Amino acid sequence: MIMAAGNSITGNMWKFGNDVNTDEIIAGKYLVLNTPEELAKHVFEGVMPQFPTQVKEGDVVIAGRNFGCGSSREHAPLALKGAGVKIVIAESFARIFYRNAINIGLSLVECPGCGEIEEGHGIRVDISGGIVEDLVTKKKYPATRQPKFIREIILAGGLVPYMQEKLRAEGISDNGKQE
Amino acid sequence: MAGKTISEKMFQRASNSDCSAGELVMAEIDRAMIHDITAPLAVQGFTEIMKGAGLPTRVWDPSKIVMIFDHQVPADSVTAAENQATLRNFAKKQGILNYDVCEGICHQVMPEKGHVIPGNLVVGADSHTCAYGALGAFSCGIGSTDMAAVLASGKLWFRVPETLRIEVTGKLPHRVSAKDVILRTIGNVGSDGATYMACEFAGPTVSGMEVPARMTMCNMAIEMGGKSGIVEPDRKTGEYLEESGQKIEIDSELKSDESAEFEEIVEIDVEDLPPQVARPHRVDDVVDVSVVAGTSIDQVFIGSCTNGRFTDISAAADIVDGEKIADGVRMLVIPASRTEYLKCLRQGYIEILVEAGALFEAPCCGPCMGGSFGLVGAGEVSLSTSNRNFQGRQGSPQASVYLCSPETAAASALYGEITDPRDV
Repeated sequence: MIMAAGNSITGNMWKFGNDVNTDEIIAGKYLVLNTPEELAKHVFEGVMPQFPTQVKEGDVVIAGRNFGCGSSREHAPLALKGAGVKIVIAESFARIFYRNAINIGLSLVECPGCGEIEEGHGIRVDISGGIVEDLVTKKKYPATRQPKFIREIILAGGLVPYMQEKLRAEGISDNGKQE
Repeated sequence: MAGKTISEKMFQRASNSDCSAGELVMAEIDRAMIHDITAPLAVQGFTEIMKGAGLPTRVWDPSKIVMIFDHQVPADSVTAAENQATLRNFAKKQGILNYDVCEGICHQVMPEKGHVIPGNLVVGADSHTCAYGALGAFSCGIGSTDMAAVLASGKLWFRVPETLRIEVTGKLPHRVSAKDVILRTIGNVGSDGATYMACEFAGPTVSGMEVPARMTMCNMAIEMGGKSGIVEPDRKTGEYLEESGQKIEIDSELKSDESAEFEEIVEIDVEDLPPQVARPHRVDDVVDVSVVAGTSIDQVFIGSCTNGRFTDISAAADIVDGEKIADGVRMLVIPASRTEYLKCLRQGYIEILVEAGALFEAPCCGPCMGGSFGLVGAGEVSLSTSNRNFQGRQGSPQASVYLCSPETAAASALYGEITDPRDV
């Protein structure tokens, strides 16, 4: 069972190891699809066939180092989000996956050491406080604090709403200058 | 005061600020590349941004955007055909240059057609965009929504990267090439050893390499987690650019200063380097060819943005040299671009390879990503000059993909098993 601060989620925890790559998350043959719904049907299909059928809204993925390594395919975080995964907790993330997930509003928590949390353990995720707690061992894992700029994108709901606000504001200030 | 790395200098220029590694900057983009797989989401995101901002849906500067179709080419499904048709229309409406299915793989076409200038900041919606650093540009892969922001504004935020400097020394042995060097490097550094860093390839071995070999090196920087691959531009860079019709004066300051601070320096001595092979299913599980020699193979693929150039196919054709490939082996050879294809044609390589029993295809990504043709089934073994061998990469998750150089691939095709090219 996963609990988030201020919010109780009864979701499953899906445990992965190090170097989970984007081909495993969503295979190349599915990249002609572009909606989260279609992609969700095939997420982790090749390496964990039960995942796409058993994953539920609110589930959490927890992994080791270098999660999302490989391709720039945004289809990877999109597939996870489409499948209902709310949060990916990992010891570290690959660079392009990290940016893609933030941009589309999939929550990422970078938590050094969390890879040791065992499958089946209940965890509590305090997103605002930046702590992941293993409810069985009682061990707490502080999350790496994201730069302010990234937090602004997340608060806006992703890069698209962030850019919409930014360009709208620039347009208004340009008009202001013209007048 | 510490000097700057070449990457810091490029970000200083692009952000018009005195920035250093670790800082976040907003940078102006010189060139943006999109292809048939990543463009649909980028165009969708761009359209949403502009409509939501109450602005006309016009890209920031069509002359700085390049569209290329290469992954599902020629259209291998109705969905692919329709995606490409939508993108074709978008490019036409916006006035964006679209090479369509006609020119080849994005990472070969971009430098070849003069879209990469030393010192420039180039982004592409594909992870192997790091390849263009071979021309001394800062070039990195981004996702579709980041690209949407670029299409809308011509700018993107970056964290100025620290640099991992890879000093390569030694004379490459006979039939050992750039692919072996980069595989060994990835094996030593690890799949996340260069995460977030610029990978700067230097040393006499690299300065001795021609641009195509430098492209092979920079192409795979991402496989160590690198943000980019870079080789300082020099006379060879200038010569390559001249071939594409660009007479560029190479800026002598476009290099890392003597006193620049590197996050890490890795030394690779290639004097006695044997051919290297990455074993399934990790790119950093790299061993000497002798460790896997004798492994039976079903398919050999020579091509991809990593090793699909004339120089690569030339090396393979030299080894094939009138022989036939082994019974039971399928060999696919795919040049990375129309230009490289024509060079192979004029040199007689197509005849050598087709006579040997190979299938010689029109320029495209082909089997590399496992989304098009030339796939492998359960239990099959593919030996490939491409850049990834993750589980399921070239078809069935129960297939195995080994990565190697064109020399090793050609030698192995002749014997039906992984073979040291120095032995043939």
